[in-house]
Amino acid sequence: MIRALHRWPALVAMALVSLLALSGAALSVFPAAERLSAPQSGDTISVAELATRIQAAYPGVEQIKRAPSGRITAYWFDNGTPGSAVVDPATGAGVAAADPDPIERWLTNLHRSLFLDDAGRLAAAAGAAAMLVLSLSGIVLVARRAGGWRRWFSPLRGPMPGRIHVELARGAVLGLLLSSATALWMTASTFGFLPDQSSGPSLPGATSETIGAPLAEMPLLVSTPVVSLRELSFPYPDDKTDVFTLKTDAGTGYIDQGTGATLAWSELSGWQVASETIYMLHTGQGAALLGLVLGLMALAVPAMGATGAVIWLTGRRGRPRISGNAYPSRAETVILVGSEGGSTWGFAATLHGALTRAGQQVHVAPMSAFDPARTPAARRYLVLAATYGDGDAPASAKGFLGRLAALSAAPAAPLAVLGFGDRGFPAFCAYAEAVEAAARAKRWPLLLPLDTVDRQSPQEFARWGRALGAALGIDLELDHQPVRPGTSSLTLVSRRDHGHEVQAPTAILRFALPRASLLARLLGRGFARFEAGDLLGIVPEGSTVPRFYSLASGSRDGFVEIVVRKHVGGLCSSALMALEPGDMVAAFLRRNQAFHAGTDRTPLILVGAGTGIGPLAGFIRANEVRRPVHLFFGMRHRDSDFLYREELQAWAADGRLARLNTASSRGERPRYVQDALASEQLQVIRAIRDGARVMVCGGREMAAGVADAMARLLEPHGLSPAMLRAQGRYVEDVY
Amino acid sequence: MRKILAALALTTALTLPGIAMARPVTLTTTLKSYGGDGAYLAIYVTDAKGAYAGTLWMAGGKAKYYEHLSDWYRATGGNRAEINGITGASVGAGRTLEITLDLADALFDAGYTVHVDAAVEDMRDSPNEVAVPLTAAGAGKTVQGRRYVASFGYDM
Repeated sequence: MIRALHRWPALVAMALVSLLALSGAALSVFPAAERLSAPQSGDTISVAELATRIQAAYPGVEQIKRAPSGRITAYWFDNGTPGSAVVDPATGAGVAAADPDPIERWLTNLHRSLFLDDAGRLAAAAGAAAMLVLSLSGIVLVARRAGGWRRWFSPLRGPMPGRIHVELARGAVLGLLLSSATALWMTASTFGFLPDQSSGPSLPGATSETIGAPLAEMPLLVSTPVVSLRELSFPYPDDKTDVFTLKTDAGTGYIDQGTGATLAWSELSGWQVASETIYMLHTGQGAALLGLVLGLMALAVPAMGATGAVIWLTGRRGRPRISGNAYPSRAETVILVGSEGGSTWGFAATLHGALTRAGQQVHVAPMSAFDPARTPAARRYLVLAATYGDGDAPASAKGFLGRLAALSAAPAAPLAVLGFGDRGFPAFCAYAEAVEAAARAKRWPLLLPLDTVDRQSPQEFARWGRALGAALGIDLELDHQPVRPGTSSLTLVSRRDHGHEVQAPTAILRFALPRASLLARLLGRGFARFEAGDLLGIVPEGSTVPRFYSLASGSRDGFVEIVVRKHVGGLCSSALMALEPGDMVAAFLRRNQAFHAGTDRTPLILVGAGTGIGPLAGFIRANEVRRPVHLFFGMRHRDSDFLYREELQAWAADGRLARLNTASSRGERPRYVQDALASEQLQVIRAIRDGARVMVCGGREMAAGVADAMARLLEPHGLSPAMLRAQGRYVEDVY
Repeated sequence: MRKILAALALTTALTLPGIAMARPVTLTTTLKSYGGDGAYLAIYVTDAKGAYAGTLWMAGGKAKYYEHLSDWYRATGGNRAEINGITGASVGAGRTLEITLDLADALFDAGYTVHVDAAVEDMRDSPNEVAVPLTAAGAGKTVQGRRYVASFGYDM
């Protein structure tokens, strides 16, 4: 509901809102420029002094206005011709022309009425209303995405457009709320819907009908400081019944031109004060700095429109049509999908396709439509559930737990739950866990234990597919690719072999950087731009499922490097290990944003074992800013599989690597990398206190051991890996 | 060129002295190219003593800006009833406003004066921009305003 409330106004009003935001941003510069250029009056000078000075300089003065910027303009009439100038309050003399800036006027008319007068004003107000709705719904969506109001500012993971969108929103939303709400108020005021019109005191019935009181002796002018002046109008020459009219930030009054006495005074009403304040907040006139800040925030609007459109399009594209979806009444297998952004639907489509090819009748439905009565032929239920925020149900799973709880008994056909999520969040797959727990509580038989897929990992999905296939007695290969990537041919340049002596043949393979097309270079696509930690996908011959290897180099290094260990019977690793320089392999690139080291100067604690050294070595090689990097590297034997030994020594010598600890699991003092971590706990704690980010790469068991060791290490200091994870400071690349 | 026929639109005192003894009068106001947004114009009549007698036309639709037509506003208190039915759009720089209305004969050569107050956003207010006595002899002659009006005249 909230998402729809965010999406549709945005899609309809994007162009209009962007135009208003850009013109508003341009306009925000003018009050600041005026504030800087206008000669300012001192705090102490009174309107009487100012008017006396100006009258001396321009005897025919008719009106003096003070803008909120402090700029004072005098208008006069001499020898039948009107004149005007910006005056210096210190001298009363003109210093600049007072004509309005034509560019500012043009922008103002564009911004408030699109040059269409009242129809345009209403359109602009509709744009402001859309912006207000977008801001409010966006605030709720950010809170939901981050997993609660208290984590509203927590770091973000996930695809770039979504992160840019939310980061910009978090920075700009307050300003956009203020600008759009004040715009609506101003429109209401312009159309007379608010009781904020100036009434002014009624004209005095009688005046002294004399003239000539000196300005300096008019009590009201003497008591009013220039900073509160709005405008002072002089009486007509030769009209003895006319009066001086003084408008200040407090009210309006009339002064007798013969006696100098105050004839009438009326205060501004509360509505008028409110409207003037809102005008100031919206335009920055009188609050130039605020205006600049609001203008800067408005610049985020077109960028948020563009990234929002990308998110929407990706979500639409990512949600495939399920072709050949079986009728629920006939389905043997029912796939229930709990998806927020649509990516889980892609996995469901892959699963549906594979099971259908295996000869099953498969029905795919959102979890929110769960109803066993409609699927009497079901022999198994497969739930693919993402998690939203802090363990909430994703959009297409709303109400599932309630429907399950309302059943008198769980279905007899067994259930398998697969959770989708991001280990960067503390509530990783929490909703899938809740579903499984609810199913257990209902005594729903389980086909498979709960399994999880981190960051849409195709490998983890394929692994679950094999387990499912085993449970069903069929051969099930799930080849899930959200967008089937085009591959490039990589030519092997060199290889360095290690580990033969310890029965772990491992090689550092270096490929030449393939030539990227101009378009790819411009868009930074494919091999045109990548970083260590990104993934190299390789589809081995005789398989459809790509295997992914963490890259040990970035595009700036000028080569593509991976570390491969030969697995017994491993199709892909065997093929790679058989490569000789000059051989080619088809590969594609997949971004792995969550496992980038970044280019800032925060310290890094890198922990890796075996081939897990690959991306970590890449981070150190790219550490040109010499941020403090502490590497923990676990291997089998120093003399056999000490990968990157010479490079690490060289990097330590030139400052890219601050500290290196190794652990060998074989040899006279067998140790694991987590032991090395524990022995360096002082260093580790100090670095984490300094804001260090922990990056772990390697096998699942090693990562679990490291997480345990870190938990023990951090606990006395009131910290935990989970807390660091929530801040994006503990990331793993695990295989 | 903006042409407005406001015959019989006047319900104010100006036409009451004898509706049968009225004649169509065309007021033509041409603005200078003063380089600003559309001008609000109040065209009204004062009697021989300088007292407000009635409004002939209000160019500009938003009441919140009427206070800037300061003479007219002070004379009428901004009373909307004064301009009920005789309100039109504001007049752009360089454009001409032409209004035709029935004015009572008694108004001519009796000391009445036609006034135009003008105001433009972000520019100075110009009350009493034009003040022309209503005389039969004055018909067909034009005068220049103080700031915004290039020429103002009435034809019978």
